[in-house]
Amino acid sequence: MAQPLVKKDDDRDDEAEYSPFLGIEKGAVLQEARVFNDPQLDPRRCSQVITKLLYLLNQGDSFTKVEATEVFFSVTKLFQSKDLGLRRMVYLIIKELSPSADEVIIVTSSLMKDMNSKTDMYRANAIRVLCRITDGTLLTQIERYLKQAIVDKNPVVASAALVSGIHLLQTNPEIVKRWSNEVQEAVQSRAALVQFHALALLQQIRQNDRLAVSKLVTSLTRGTVRSPLAQCLLIRYTSQVIRESNTQTGDRPFYDFLESCLRHKAEMVIFEAARAITELSGVTSRELTPAITVLQLFLSSSKPVLRFAAVRTLNKVALTHPMAVTNCNIDMESLISDQNRSIATLAITTLLKTGNESSVDRLMKQITNFMSDIADEFKIVVVEAIRSLCLKFPLKYRSLMNFLSNILREEGGFEYKKAIVDSIVILIRDIPEAKESGLLHLCEFIEDCEFTYLSTQILHFLGIEGPKTTDPSKYIRYIYNRVHLENATVRAASVSTLAKFGAMVDALKPRIFVLLRRCIFDSDDEVRDRATLYLNTLGGDGEVVETDKDVKIFLFGDLDIPLVNLETSLKNYEPSEEPFDIDSVPKEVKSQPLVEKKAPGKKPAGLGAPPAGPPSTVDAYERLLSSIPEFSNFGKLFKSSSPVELTEAETEYAVNVVKHIFDRHVVFQYNCINTIPEQLLENVSVIVDASEAEDFTEVTSKPVRSLPYDTPGQTFVAFEKPDGITAVGKFSNMLRFIVKEVDPSTGEAEEDGVEDEYQLEDLEVVAADYMMKVGVSNFRNAWESMGEDFERVDEYGLGPRESLAEAVSAVINLLGMQPCEGTEAVATNSRSHTCLLSGVFLGNVRVLVRLQFGIEGSRDVAMKLAVRSEDEAVGDAIHEIVSCS
Amino acid sequence: MELCPCVKNILLLDFEGKRVAAKYFCDDWPTNGAKEAFEKAVFNKTQKTNARSEVEVTMLENNIVVYKFVQDLHFFVTGGEEENEVILATVLQGFVDAVGLLLRGNVEKREALEYLDLILLCIDEIVDGGIILETDANVIAGKVASHSTVAEGLSEQTFSQALATAREHLARSLLK
Repeated sequence: MAQPLVKKDDDRDDEAEYSPFLGIEKGAVLQEARVFNDPQLDPRRCSQVITKLLYLLNQGDSFTKVEATEVFFSVTKLFQSKDLGLRRMVYLIIKELSPSADEVIIVTSSLMKDMNSKTDMYRANAIRVLCRITDGTLLTQIERYLKQAIVDKNPVVASAALVSGIHLLQTNPEIVKRWSNEVQEAVQSRAALVQFHALALLQQIRQNDRLAVSKLVTSLTRGTVRSPLAQCLLIRYTSQVIRESNTQTGDRPFYDFLESCLRHKAEMVIFEAARAITELSGVTSRELTPAITVLQLFLSSSKPVLRFAAVRTLNKVALTHPMAVTNCNIDMESLISDQNRSIATLAITTLLKTGNESSVDRLMKQITNFMSDIADEFKIVVVEAIRSLCLKFPLKYRSLMNFLSNILREEGGFEYKKAIVDSIVILIRDIPEAKESGLLHLCEFIEDCEFTYLSTQILHFLGIEGPKTTDPSKYIRYIYNRVHLENATVRAASVSTLAKFGAMVDALKPRIFVLLRRCIFDSDDEVRDRATLYLNTLGGDGEVVETDKDVKIFLFGDLDIPLVNLETSLKNYEPSEEPFDIDSVPKEVKSQPLVEKKAPGKKPAGLGAPPAGPPSTVDAYERLLSSIPEFSNFGKLFKSSSPVELTEAETEYAVNVVKHIFDRHVVFQYNCINTIPEQLLENVSVIVDASEAEDFTEVTSKPVRSLPYDTPGQTFVAFEKPDGITAVGKFSNMLRFIVKEVDPSTGEAEEDGVEDEYQLEDLEVVAADYMMKVGVSNFRNAWESMGEDFERVDEYGLGPRESLAEAVSAVINLLGMQPCEGTEAVATNSRSHTCLLSGVFLGNVRVLVRLQFGIEGSRDVAMKLAVRSEDEAVGDAIHEIVSCS
Repeated sequence: MELCPCVKNILLLDFEGKRVAAKYFCDDWPTNGAKEAFEKAVFNKTQKTNARSEVEVTMLENNIVVYKFVQDLHFFVTGGEEENEVILATVLQGFVDAVGLLLRGNVEKREALEYLDLILLCIDEIVDGGIILETDANVIAGKVASHSTVAEGLSEQTFSQALATAREHLARSLLK
């Protein structure tokens, strides 16, 4: 299409090379900067040198501290010149140099002089520069001038002061907040942009005062707003007020205002309003209609930005209100051929979201043409959209699966291929009919796959799913071919997959053994080792017997241990007589704070392994506790909670507690810090009142002998509880100690101390304390292999809840289990949700939970809880946790 | 919550993706390396498109980038993914037109470097720390030129005249 336009003149070569900055060098420019010190300043020359300095900075060169200081000092000399243009360049470079506080003082008086100059250009720019480089103390000196500037009749000066105010609000809020009267006045300004800047600042000053923002919006939506930018800002404030007002019934406040903005003359305002309407929470289709209508007009605009804006917004609307968008489908289909590929991709994915079952085939035809000429990143978006479409219309799996397998055969990078493979894997998992054809597509793909990672992942997946199909033998050829033709990593994976077929399908055993025996002669150690291991454990010495369950678990079972923990334990293991004990590896996954995903549930886990947590602190606790003789007979530590604060921040003594759970004991570890330099605490202990925790009996406690200022110390209290019972209760805590005065100058404590007490907050032991968060990589497999023997199912009413998502997270927190496969995220506006949880219960019992939620119009939430575990009693215990609360 | 429309950067690159002038207003790209990588990505993603008659738009790294090409210069304005792209396009159009006025229609790399001080002042007048100061090309160019030693000639013609020459020049170069 468009080549870079260059002059076609004959002397082009010379000209293209020409640049005023050709061969520019920092050292030389810094030398040149000496002209700033000349007694007779040449403004033009100085301007040129500043431009050169700015050019260097702009190209990414940086000055050392010394160089910057030197330049800064000589630049300050230029304030002597009266030349307007030069002064302007001086302002610019001072901002770029961002001088340090002690340097700022040097220019302060010059800038303050400019701030009060008669020339508006000086005033506006001096304000911007000074506010950029100033600190709090200086600000109080110039505050008076800034307040005047805000209401200055020159709009440039007023805007400069207001914009500076917005920046300063971040660092010196208490000062800027004092300007609100002036800012309020500026909101009424007749100058369009002053109004915009004043509105921005005023809202930020008052953002924590909902009532004030609401009043502001009310008055402005009735008045006149002069600039489109200010109008956009007002729309955003209005949406915020609507969001926070939360009225359940009747007409939505300010909706009429938003709707009227759809008829504004500026496109940016129309779009802002349309977008705001589509984003209203719980928007009705009646409210949506006018917004969709203007967006539909934008779809056929000649301006790409408008088409993009419209299709991007409709794409989001399609997630929640697909029906509302279907009116635009014809316009959207014509956008598939849009020159701008971003627009075309958004159009396609929107169509995929709104399409109905009958239109799928036609749509796929159009997409096939489109796929050949877009970049990988767009293709990935399309593949993901097709995957969700297929899950929505399982009957259409045939044509969609065909599409996926076709594009799998075409050229493409790793990320793209991975997206396709992940999609096929998910379809195989969720649509049983699609399994056989999907597996064959994957088999064909590995015949000619250049990515080792994908080959090994697919082989692993084949090993799980292949043996369960009606005719497992047909996959063997594809797998064994890999042993011949691939690199060592893929060969090793193939050997494992073959062995899995052998272990699961007895009829195939003899043939598999023949193939495995050939692998013993492989050139790679790992491949040979694996083949040998499998032959020996599966009984490859001739006899065809059913493979023992233990062997299957040994070879192919889940380790149930976070790999990070295993890695740490193995690193810590020192070679000795004692063999490494895999049971000694802590199973606790350190819970990560749930990062709010941009699109909840958008990326279901494909082949990927479960997320590995950071190394846990369990090791450290275990070492600490086992070093204390009183606790040595408690057995193996099951779980340690994260610290719970028992004091407010910044009190005299900071105490938090960690709950350590053993089979028959619970140990509270109180971490104390004395924050008073004039005190030394001795004999510090915590007196625990367990009268509200009947099942617990205090057995021992261990005080801290001495707790000097700012040195953490730990005191312990241990309780006995009935074996295996998940006893719960509330404990009140009192810190007791002997306090001694310390002379801060010498650091010596007085002889005599006084006994004192300090009330701490209560502490609770809850059911979740007996549960460890341990995830599984494939919940469905784990669920099925657990079996129905000890399944316990029951239904519960949770009463009215704030939202479905809130109910889901409340139950997850109550049980303290690990959500699997991203099912903790609830799609907005959905009426039902299934959540999968996994964990290990006290006594090292695996537990899997499947929760099904439904919400009714009155926000009543009902829940079906199905538990599977290795122990019947544990299933009952889980139900008890839910039913007791 | 930040509600004020926000510009993350303004870029002016040449036809090979080299930086002519760039100003970043946020910390998303903390080092010069990160900035250059972003510029390269933006340039590669957009260079094959035809952004000469209308402002074009794309998404990159969860940002919205609007862009326009004039001769051998590529103009870009970036905002966050929640930003109103029409606002960003207005900022970009103001930038392109103001540069057209300041360079008196000769919008090309050589002129831009020759009058780099005007380009830098122009960016300084459009956005301050991410907040939009002005989008009207005539006002922007007026503020820059009124105190420029280099562009004395500009004061001889009015800005609407200059804009007319700029348009004429553009049209001619497109017809070539």
